[in-house]
Amino acid sequence: MAVGAPVTSLDPHYHQLSPNNAVADMIFDKLVNTDAQARLIPGLATEWRAVEPGLWEFKLRPGVRFHNGSEFTAEDVAFTFQRVPNVPNSPSSFAIYTRPIRGVEIVDSHTIRLRTDGPYPLMPMGLSNVRILDRETHQNATTEDFNSGKAAIGTGPWRVVSHRNGDRIEFERNDTYWGERPAFQRVDYRMITNDAARTAALLAGDVEFIDQVPTSDLAKLRRDQRVALSETTGLRIIYIGLDHLRTDASPFITDNDGKPIPRNPLKDLRVRRALSLAIDRQAIVSRVMEGAATPAGQFLPEGIYSHVPSLPAPRPDPEAAKKLLAEAGFPNGFRIQLNSPNDRYINDARIAQAVGQMWTRIGVRTAVEAQPWTTFVGRAGKQEFSAFLIGWGSNPEGSHPLRNLVATYDREKGWGASNRGRYSNPELDRMIEAALKEMDDAKREKLLQDAQRLAMEDVAIIPLHIQTNIWAMRRGLTHTPRADELTRAQDIRPAPAR
Amino acid sequence: MTVFLLRRLMQAALVVLAMSVLVFIGVYAIGDPVEILISPDADQIERERAIQALGLDLPLWQQYLVFLVKAAQGDLGNSFVFNEPALQLILQRMPATLELAVGATFFALLVGLPLGLYAGLRPNSPVSKGIMAGSILGFSLPTFWVGLMLIMVFAVQLGWLPSTGRGETVEVLGMRWSFLTWDGIQHMIMPAFNLSLFKISLVIRLTRAGVRETMLMDYVKFARAKGLSPARVTFVHVFKNILIPVVTVVGLEFGGTIAFSVVTESVFAWPGMGKLIIDSINVLDRPVIVAYLMIIVLMFITINLIVDLTYSVLDPRVRLETRS
Repeated sequence: MAVGAPVTSLDPHYHQLSPNNAVADMIFDKLVNTDAQARLIPGLATEWRAVEPGLWEFKLRPGVRFHNGSEFTAEDVAFTFQRVPNVPNSPSSFAIYTRPIRGVEIVDSHTIRLRTDGPYPLMPMGLSNVRILDRETHQNATTEDFNSGKAAIGTGPWRVVSHRNGDRIEFERNDTYWGERPAFQRVDYRMITNDAARTAALLAGDVEFIDQVPTSDLAKLRRDQRVALSETTGLRIIYIGLDHLRTDASPFITDNDGKPIPRNPLKDLRVRRALSLAIDRQAIVSRVMEGAATPAGQFLPEGIYSHVPSLPAPRPDPEAAKKLLAEAGFPNGFRIQLNSPNDRYINDARIAQAVGQMWTRIGVRTAVEAQPWTTFVGRAGKQEFSAFLIGWGSNPEGSHPLRNLVATYDREKGWGASNRGRYSNPELDRMIEAALKEMDDAKREKLLQDAQRLAMEDVAIIPLHIQTNIWAMRRGLTHTPRADELTRAQDIRPAPAR
Repeated sequence: MTVFLLRRLMQAALVVLAMSVLVFIGVYAIGDPVEILISPDADQIERERAIQALGLDLPLWQQYLVFLVKAAQGDLGNSFVFNEPALQLILQRMPATLELAVGATFFALLVGLPLGLYAGLRPNSPVSKGIMAGSILGFSLPTFWVGLMLIMVFAVQLGWLPSTGRGETVEVLGMRWSFLTWDGIQHMIMPAFNLSLFKISLVIRLTRAGVRETMLMDYVKFARAKGLSPARVTFVHVFKNILIPVVTVVGLEFGGTIAFSVVTESVFAWPGMGKLIIDSINVLDRPVIVAYLMIIVLMFITINLIVDLTYSVLDPRVRLETRS
């Protein structure tokens, strides 16, 4: 099998990155797993509950052994939480998931309690990101020990046979795995970053399975008798962020003669609504994305916890948009520059061009500037843009996009870290705060839905679509597509004979 | 001689130093590695921790000083992405690139010499004109496109060769080589050919020009007059003499082949240095970029030095001392 993004390390706590997480999911286990639709299911913990607000208890699965025979106990969990924040030189650590843990109490060998500051309903969700290591084996293991395969020992369904950085990883089945045994004896996990070469490798029969199928090859592959596709709506939303920071002139907005406008039109709700109404999301999905996306009017897709039921993707209505613009004092529109990366998301620059044309149609003359992600993301993070196209991969809970994308930027709370437009709405902040303290799942869902509705009605961002995750394989295989984009060998099986 | 060598070494050190300054400023101007590496989930505290962990919180000139001090001790820093010494990462991948470059050079001579010879001996035949037209294509077709076409034809349509990757490798002297196994050679054919396309054209043109020039020389006329067979004239008298410029140019091109194997390596998922540098640039992995460029600069300087020394041996008219 071949994947499109390189795995940078086998150390499960070194770099929080999807390709690494996929491979870590093959070698290691977490207390809480997620199923294909990103719902929480038991992993190394069989059950969990909040004993009281601020105290979580996890019952651990008995009889689980690491690849080297060492037994899995509560000690290992405590050790893991200790190691996570202390991995040297980590460019992106998993400490954000363990930081809320204030105290760890080992009740018995297979029960562990975690204390937090006040109620913290997101604990199981957070722990679904943390892979468990063995205290005996990994006491002093460095990231290099993992990469060499020496310390790449977990409780997961696969053992590492060999690892060549950025090239391939060879796995063999863990025959003593506690869960469902994988279907294959050996797996060769290769990295082919070039899209066309990856598709060609599948067609040539060099690999049996690929991920990140380029949309330009979709039509061809659908017709090909040798190939089967598996797809599911993902959790990655593509949206347009707007400059909410400046009340005076915004850097890339001018009037029709090219002179700066003294006030930022994007601070006016009517203008933001108009920009959203101008966009024909269905056209973008069918023409630019070749159908590999779902038009979106909110952060999360249908079927995911805290999706808002009655909030469809806005229908395009250029006439209403023009009227709104006129009401806001821009009967003849204005000029804006839409910035976009051109190598990050599927068809990103082409989506931006489509949006630009649609905005121009209602009188907002749009210039599109696409640039590599490396330069784009730094500038977006410094609030240099007026409008920018960007994406976000959500955890399956409304608080995740809310807290990161539209909550007021606040270092102390750790909120709004990716709020690059610096949207700020005290009422929304209060609603998120309330939701994050609510331990009852049903009540929290209601709070989160209300908060998301508020953010969308205020057009904090302009959602475009949610990407579809697509894998392709040779006929004779089936695959359980995952909403979280992870490509894992245990999800592939031989197709039942018909 | 010693003075010359010393001067060359000084120049090399200066070039490497200037290059490292350029990379530092360049990466700084492009963007922030942490923004690219960090998980979007990370909050502000985590971002600050990562910036500190990678030493990016210092002012640029201090970062550069830290780098210089460490480099003087032979430590070019750890890769931001892999957390392994940058130099080691590159050296691990060097064999793959080296054997690809050697394979490409081999192809260039194997294909280019006979074709060039033929075109030189029969300049007016239609076949020769075809060869020369073909060599223009070799110069002008973009490598990534040719690579994809090769994959489409030979791997997907015909199924003769594997499409990508390096195949089986054998460990010799602590390094992995694939030219020692049949599977490895099969994997190597297409990328090596793709990389050699430009060089094949170059060799064809050089050989043809050489042959046409040499054929008019007096010693060739004399050999003919002596009644030697055309084969002997061609392969002994002509061929030997045209080899000198061809070998020189191909040798000089070798460094370029290694440095510019980037495109071929990414199309064929060949795990060499070129692929590493492209991946590193995409995530602004500065230590790897610096180390890679340093190695390339040193390589070019060494090759040039060897060529200069060889010239002085071959041609006594070239006096190294007087050049300064």
